[in-house]
Amino acid sequence: MSTTLPDIHSHGGHDEHGEHNPYHQHHFATMEQQFDTSKLGMWLFLVTEILLFGGLFVGFGLMQHRYPQQFIEAHEHLKQDIFGRPFPLYGTINTLVLLISSWTMVMGVNAAQTDQKKKTVRYLVLTILLACVFLGIKYVEYSHKFHDGLLPGIFYAHQSEDLIKGTHGYATFFAFYFMMTGLHGIHVLVGIGLLSWLVMRARRGDFSSAYYTPVDLVGLYWHIVDMIWIYLFPLYYLIS
Amino acid sequence: MERAVTSGARIGDRPRPKKNYLNETRGFKSWALTVDHKRIGIMYLVGTLCAFLLGGIFALLVRLTLLTPAHKIFGLQVTAETYNRFFTLHGAVMVFLFIIPSIPGSLTNFVLPLMLGAKDVAFPRLNLASFYLWIVGAVMAVSSMIIGAVDTGWTFYTPYSTTTSGTVTLMTAAVFVLGFSSIFTGLNFIATVHKLRAPGMGWFDMPLFVWGMYSTALIQVLATPVLGITLVLLMLERVFQIGIFDSRIGGDPVLFQHFFWFYSHPAVYIMILPGMAIISELIPTFSRKTIFGYRAIAYASVSLALVSFIVWGHHMFVAGQSQLATVVFSALTFLVAIPSGVKVFNWLCTMYQGNISLETPMLYAISFLMLFAIGGLTGIFLGTLSTDVHLTDTYFVVAHFHYVMMGSTVTAFIGGLYYWWPKMTGRMYSEKWGQVSAVIWFIGFNATFLPQFILGSRGMPRRYYNYLDQFQPLHVFSTVGSWIIGLSLFMSAAVLLASLRKPADAPDNPWGGTTLEWQTSSPPITHNFEDQPVLENEPYDYRPKAVTH
Ligand code: HEM
Ligand SMILES: [Cu+2]
Repeated sequence: MSTTLPDIHSHGGHDEHGEHNPYHQHHFATMEQQFDTSKLGMWLFLVTEILLFGGLFVGFGLMQHRYPQQFIEAHEHLKQDIFGRPFPLYGTINTLVLLISSWTMVMGVNAAQTDQKKKTVRYLVLTILLACVFLGIKYVEYSHKFHDGLLPGIFYAHQSEDLIKGTHGYATFFAFYFMMTGLHGIHVLVGIGLLSWLVMRARRGDFSSAYYTPVDLVGLYWHIVDMIWIYLFPLYYLIS
Repeated sequence: MERAVTSGARIGDRPRPKKNYLNETRGFKSWALTVDHKRIGIMYLVGTLCAFLLGGIFALLVRLTLLTPAHKIFGLQVTAETYNRFFTLHGAVMVFLFIIPSIPGSLTNFVLPLMLGAKDVAFPRLNLASFYLWIVGAVMAVSSMIIGAVDTGWTFYTPYSTTTSGTVTLMTAAVFVLGFSSIFTGLNFIATVHKLRAPGMGWFDMPLFVWGMYSTALIQVLATPVLGITLVLLMLERVFQIGIFDSRIGGDPVLFQHFFWFYSHPAVYIMILPGMAIISELIPTFSRKTIFGYRAIAYASVSLALVSFIVWGHHMFVAGQSQLATVVFSALTFLVAIPSGVKVFNWLCTMYQGNISLETPMLYAISFLMLFAIGGLTGIFLGTLSTDVHLTDTYFVVAHFHYVMMGSTVTAFIGGLYYWWPKMTGRMYSEKWGQVSAVIWFIGFNATFLPQFILGSRGMPRRYYNYLDQFQPLHVFSTVGSWIIGLSLFMSAAVLLASLRKPADAPDNPWGGTTLEWQTSSPPITHNFEDQPVLENEPYDYRPKAVTH
């Protein structure tokens, strides 16, 4: 059923030009095949990420359906007082920050593909900075919630006329709020780690138009993390 | 047509290479840090078989408790709590540590790249990571049993699981970790199948085993994350009382069941599809005939995977779903029977007028066909609303899922293990004793589980540690059956292990198989093939040329 093909495919480690690429793994016939495979793997992983969050989105939706009134009241506490009007200031700024960081990421990938080492490093560092700004704002936002006792489950300790402790729904809202934004925050943290690793490698000169897979894959990851926030933002800050 | 040679002699004229994947490097580190899919497959095999042994011991304890209605083992009192632990540990270990990871992690890891003519899986390091996650999950699961106790059943139903005092949190954390192990394996296989097929191998030139495992991998990737998040929610509910599943704090216990079965019904296809995948190899090889309905089987695998996502509600017919939901889920459940039936008929048609030989793997394959038929048909009883209301939560359900999980998947697993053993180890085992083990397996299995259908239909509830006296004869029958199963498994272990003591004697292709793994030496060299194999014929080509070689 099988015969053997003369030498073309039998030794990995050589790309189509016959030059040895140090990043070429032996079980791939060509660099191109290796790149496509890594990319497919990353996409599959991102699908699992979306499903992971998907479970939480469904849970949130069902609980909102169960406690519509409480969820709306609770979400008012995610807003700030801007010129006498409630406005989701932190959420909006963070959305913008992440959108810009997606753009810097795109530029970083592009620079890596076109052999521009300095530019690659610059855009990756910018992306990291924006991610840190995002987390900084999240930190401020979280500390307000902590201060007000707007916390999940047993920690819920809010003291005021509205959102009375013990009424079902409030603590659940904040449980979901912290779970989903927290899980998203962890992803941002992981993203910062990955980006720093890329910066290190980029400075070392690992990437070129012949090999930029890691930059490309982390870029994909970063866009998904941003996209999840794009869904979280209206879900939490803009429900009515 | 001449039978393939089964010992000593070699097919083809290639001399046995001195170096193979087993002896190329030595020492603990060379295994612990290996990225070779074959070695990882072997490690997974050893690991999951240990889990099988552990789960098996608890199974025997469950059956021993039920030998008499007095819930005693050798005069020792078994309390209700102890019994709950027995069946929880049995179920959780068997499902999460054995059935789900075993065929993908062990046999598939070993043969799938070989069948595709590839040097390895797409992501070898991820493959190793998957194995270590399995180890971590296994250690967590086993310690949750040692430190405390888990008594929720493998399904972790709320509200009991949010109120019981056992170490449920650790156990669910373990299952979460195991879920990621399973996701990584699935992801790896999907990428491997898409990108690493040998030159000339189109999708419809792949062995059906690969189709089956591809479908399995799809479910692993698409369903497991939902289980993961469900378990996280359950842990948080236990620890922080976030108010999602516990009705006292505003949650909805039935929601847990929805989440759980949204994963776990597809998960039963993570369990059965690999079994079917193996059978699709065994039947044509030992019938020496081209598989009947190749495309139908391939499509049936994928459609089983897809349909499995929309039938979860059949586990909740009496849990307070709306009338409409129950009717819809019941109708959808019947859909599952179609691709399952398609497969069974295709296997039978493959055997029809084939040149059947009853070597050990084939005996297991035939057992599979009979046991799966019973398991699948009784699923229809359970999918039917009017009968399920009577049968749910009885031994009928227990018998049903043992026929599909054990009678089908485990049978196929053992058959596949015998089938690929010469390839994996380079040794032939004692054919005669292998055959005897298969016959005993079939007898023991039916002795254990057929009576349970009768018990269930007469009203014996599941997960009870005692029962009305009138049920005792059938329970005794079943318990004795479990000893026969134990005997058969013990024999299989002895037969296979004994073969390791003799020098390598297996030919490259002991069964006259046509798929690519038989084209390399037994055991294969580290890089799998001397030269990149190229596919020229369709799979399962048993026309005379191929048989006489
Ligand atoms: C022909 C296709 C099948 C149908 C129509 C079917 C139908 C059902 C139904 C309706 C139930 C729920 C019974 C109840 O709780 O009242 C059930 C339970 C179950 N089935 Fe199947 N089934 C099929 C195949 C399988 C397969 C292939 C597996 C596994 C390999 C499987 C494993 C299970 C398990 C584990 C349970 C019980 C879960 C529990 O409550 O602990 N089934 N089946
Ligand atoms: Cu089901």
